[in-house]
Amino acid sequence: MPRLTKDDVQPVGFKLNGRPVVVRVTPRTLLTDALRHEIGATGTHVGCEHGVCGACTVQVDGEPARACLMLAHQADGCDIRTVEGLAQGDALTPLQEAFRAHFALQCGFCTAGILMTLDALFSRQPDADEDAIREALSGHLCRCTGYAPIVQAALTARNRIKGGPIDA
Amino acid sequence: MKPAPFDYVAATEMSEALDALHQGGTEARVIAGGQSLVPMLNMRLARPAMLVDITRIPELSRIEAKGDQVTIGAAVRQSALERWPDLADRLPLVRAALPWVGHAQLRNRGTVCGSVAHADPSAELPLCLIALGGNVTLRSRRKTRTVAARDFFQGMMSTDLAPGEMIVSVAFPARKDGTGFAFREVARRHGDFAIVACAATARPDGTATLAVGGVADTPATLDLPADMADLDDRLNEFAWHLQARDDLHATARYRRDLVRRLGHTTLKEALSCRD
Ligand SMILES: Cc1cc2nc3c(=O)[nH]c(=O)nc-3n(C[C@H](O)[C@H](O)[C@H](O)COP(=O)(O)OP(=O)(O)OC[C@H]3O[C@@H](n4cnc5c(N)ncnc54)[C@H](O)[C@@H]3O)c2cc1C
Ligand code: FES
Ligand code: FES
Repeated sequence: MPRLTKDDVQPVGFKLNGRPVVVRVTPRTLLTDALRHEIGATGTHVGCEHGVCGACTVQVDGEPARACLMLAHQADGCDIRTVEGLAQGDALTPLQEAFRAHFALQCGFCTAGILMTLDALFSRQPDADEDAIREALSGHLCRCTGYAPIVQAALTARNRIKGGPIDA
Repeated sequence: MKPAPFDYVAATEMSEALDALHQGGTEARVIAGGQSLVPMLNMRLARPAMLVDITRIPELSRIEAKGDQVTIGAAVRQSALERWPDLADRLPLVRAALPWVGHAQLRNRGTVCGSVAHADPSAELPLCLIALGGNVTLRSRRKTRTVAARDFFQGMMSTDLAPGEMIVSVAFPARKDGTGFAFREVARRHGDFAIVACAATARPDGTATLAVGGVADTPATLDLPADMADLDDRLNEFAWHLQARDDLHATARYRRDLVRRLGHTTLKEALSCRD
């Protein structure tokens, strides 16, 4: 049974955007800090550190979850995806393209988390309607955009992903 | 904001978890989804010396519908229950309440039993457990015991859980023919904790039970006879009896008013959707 004492720095292995990684951290290290400080994957942002703002949202085994409310050791063996896993080189995903086209970000602090939530939503539910999109977004705070452009971008991306008309 | 240091045990068998909790005594805590505990650790409102992770114990991740109850193991995430195909048929009240529990991103990690263990006075799942007359099964190294939900919740975030014990499952009575259920909530925004939440169950003979969360320290219930001629008087008395307090989110008066009105609508809805 894995049993760690508080100052033990122990390896924890998980998949990060498809690649196996191992970080060495104490039990109290949060997944956010393991990603940002140990791996240097700073795309995942940290706002409130108590689950409210959504900035730190990543995908754990395909489902969006707060990285600030996970101990790094709880990610053992999980499949973690972060915003760094979306674009392939310079090629943005349709969702990212739509965010750009609709000015769905200003400071960008909330964006990584929102992208991970919407990306998971469209993989599970490619025809998600506006209500489902707004429901998913309700788990995120954005202090800049007023949300309307984000909803527009999401609708456009959904149409692209479904192969229908692009403009929502 | 970082948690204070703690030892961490990722149990893969029940006996490991129970041994660790036994050793840790009052200094040890279970961590399940972490959606209430980790915020408290981060803000250092909690400083346990040891955390025992129970989410990798295979036998705890089962949802079992047996006889007239549905038993939900301590590792079952709220989202897993939401996606359980029999939910609408077996537990229509829980189905109506689940979307109100925080946001999807939190339900993907948070467990059903963790919400019950946390015993927030506004939480929806403890409210449903009380409304339906469910129970909680607790286990320590020495014994296993089952406690009625009404006895389990003792006060604001305080329960009958003893040091060395963990919840292994909660059981909700399954829907019976001719019964009706309704859930309503008022919160600042969808996904916020309830200012007032109402859960109603109506039986074939026209009697009903209203459970209210968010007002008193624990969810409270009001049993109603089939003759509802004096319903509004009863609701008014109940609303005063709950001893609402003013806080940041709402005044006591607003809460009483919600108990009267939302309570009324929720009861009527439960009675009218009996099938
Ligand atoms: C932003 C935000 C909004 C939220 N909104 C809501 C809401 O609207 N409604 C609502 O009901 N909840 C809400 N929550 C709380 C959420 O539902 C939690 O998932 C739930 O309260 C706790 O479940 P958990 O599995 O995450 O437990 P944890 O956080 O792991 O544990 C919570 C507590 O229960 C104990 N515990 C957990 N499992 C067991 C067990 N098996 N045996 C003994 N003790 C145990 C822990 O020791 C700890 O004290 C919200 C949380 C956040 C961060
Ligand atoms: S930083 Fe995790 S939700 Fe705000
Ligand atoms: S773009 Fe600034 S917070 Fe959303």
